[in-house]
Amino acid sequence: MTDATATDLSRQDRQGRRAALGRRVLPYAMLSPAVLVTLAIVFFPMVQTAWMSLHDYVLFRPNDFDWVGLENFRTALADEVFWISLRNTVIWMGTTIPAQLLLGLVTALLLNQEFPWRPVARALIIIPWALPSVVIALMWVWIYDSNYGVANEFLLRMGLIQQSIPWLADPTYALASIILTLTWQGFPFFAVMILAGLQAIPRSYYEAASIDGASAWRQFWHITLPGISGVMMTAVLLRLIWVANSFDVIFVMTGGGPGYATHTLPLYAFVKARTNLDFGYGSAIAVLFTLLLMVVVVFYLRRTGKAVS
Amino acid sequence: MALHKPSTMRRILTVDLPMLAILAFTLGPYLWMFITSVSDESTLFTEGPSLLNATLENYARLFRTVGFADNLLDSFIVAGGTVIVGLSLSVTAAYSFSRFEFRGKRILMLQFLLINMFPLVLLILPLFVLMRVLGLLDTHIALIAANSTIAIPFSIWMMVSYINGIPRSLDEAAMTDGCTRLQALRRVVLPLCLPGIIATGIYIFITSWNEYLYALTLGGREVRPITVAVQTLIGEYEVQWGLLTAGGIVGALPATVLFLLVQKRLISGLTQGAVKG
Repeated sequence: MTDATATDLSRQDRQGRRAALGRRVLPYAMLSPAVLVTLAIVFFPMVQTAWMSLHDYVLFRPNDFDWVGLENFRTALADEVFWISLRNTVIWMGTTIPAQLLLGLVTALLLNQEFPWRPVARALIIIPWALPSVVIALMWVWIYDSNYGVANEFLLRMGLIQQSIPWLADPTYALASIILTLTWQGFPFFAVMILAGLQAIPRSYYEAASIDGASAWRQFWHITLPGISGVMMTAVLLRLIWVANSFDVIFVMTGGGPGYATHTLPLYAFVKARTNLDFGYGSAIAVLFTLLLMVVVVFYLRRTGKAVS
Repeated sequence: MALHKPSTMRRILTVDLPMLAILAFTLGPYLWMFITSVSDESTLFTEGPSLLNATLENYARLFRTVGFADNLLDSFIVAGGTVIVGLSLSVTAAYSFSRFEFRGKRILMLQFLLINMFPLVLLILPLFVLMRVLGLLDTHIALIAANSTIAIPFSIWMMVSYINGIPRSLDEAAMTDGCTRLQALRRVVLPLCLPGIIATGIYIFITSWNEYLYALTLGGREVRPITVAVQTLIGEYEVQWGLLTAGGIVGALPATVLFLLVQKRLISGLTQGAVKG
């Protein structure tokens, strides 16, 4: 009798403990598939990039995998193309993002007004965002075409230029032309994000301000801008990464040319590995670009973090 | 800002016209591509693209001679596979993040945010080497794995925000009635956030469908998604713009249509965190 109670108790105890253990393990068990897969397809490859960057690894000599330490990085810093690419990267990211932000802000402010066809406009404005980047790139190559492109025809008819300009073949215009394309592709994202922020601002703020006699401009400066600053900061951060990844558009439009006029760091790393099969050096450039990007992101987060608090 | 109703004339000048200009800038290139695609290739360079004498010849040629149907199928398999992988892995993970407190939660959540922060070029080289070693180059699996690097963190992020929107008391009530955690997840939480799951799935589908660099690097002769196929239409010596633009329209169509269908829900999910934060 006492024996039976004891085993019964211990069984209950064991069940209770198992349930407690289950409660503790369950969260991890539910997470583990996602974590394991990301470890395999994201973190492992990332470490491998860092590892490859420390080796002399050219794919047509797959058996040579010689440790060279920081040699690839030293080569990069002495490589003229690396510095040209870095300069282009700064121009590329430094103008594309503000241009997207500005155009997106204007679009969002317009979409926040009341007009009859607003839902149509709001749906159509996002189309560039849904298009494949290859299609976007090819579409704009056709627009920029020096002989038959509609850009030249349009500007000639308007009398803004005297003769056709080979937009993508001329080193002075190539990068600017690509930046226009990327602005076109990315501004709808800002418009949509900022619009959501605008709609979250309570109407009563504006009512109070206009009773106090604040002008439209002052309302914008003191109510609208602070109201959407959080959204804008998040959007800029997301775009920073996204624009860094949008080198596929450049790759398709010019392949980095003419000369090195549109070489940017991610493109340079990709081309090095793809055409020269030099995976060691390509990885080193990719690592350098990532580090630079991280510095910008951390700096940005610090600045904006301070501005908010 | 639209407190005092301005006159219609003023509204047209300050709102409608600028909006029309921006829309023209947005849609102009797309329309131009469409017009080019229905123009006759032989007169394209002499008369320019026009809607007069519109023809579907370019589209017919696309499927007849270039074999676009196979490419569409490849894209469909890759994008669909990524949706299945991305969603099935992230639903339980998102539930765990949303409902439990446990050690290492912050770090794990941060990890999934950080993945989004790394540029693609850092992953593309090692993934190529990895797939080569595994003998997976030029297979659908390689492309699904590569696209999942973006899809998994993104869908976890979205799903957490959707599940957070469902009150905890609902799954607690289900468990009082005798459901286990997993049953509560399957019978109560999942049906409630089904619209969110669908929107996330469609977004993953679109990004995988549109993806180009992985498709170019990890694909090949056997598996050639539509984005790579469109690009290979550029010939060695001359570009057949009619054919190319037709390919562009066909390649962009599924993603565009899907996007217009779900844009509202998707955007509210995307912006929720940002607006509140």
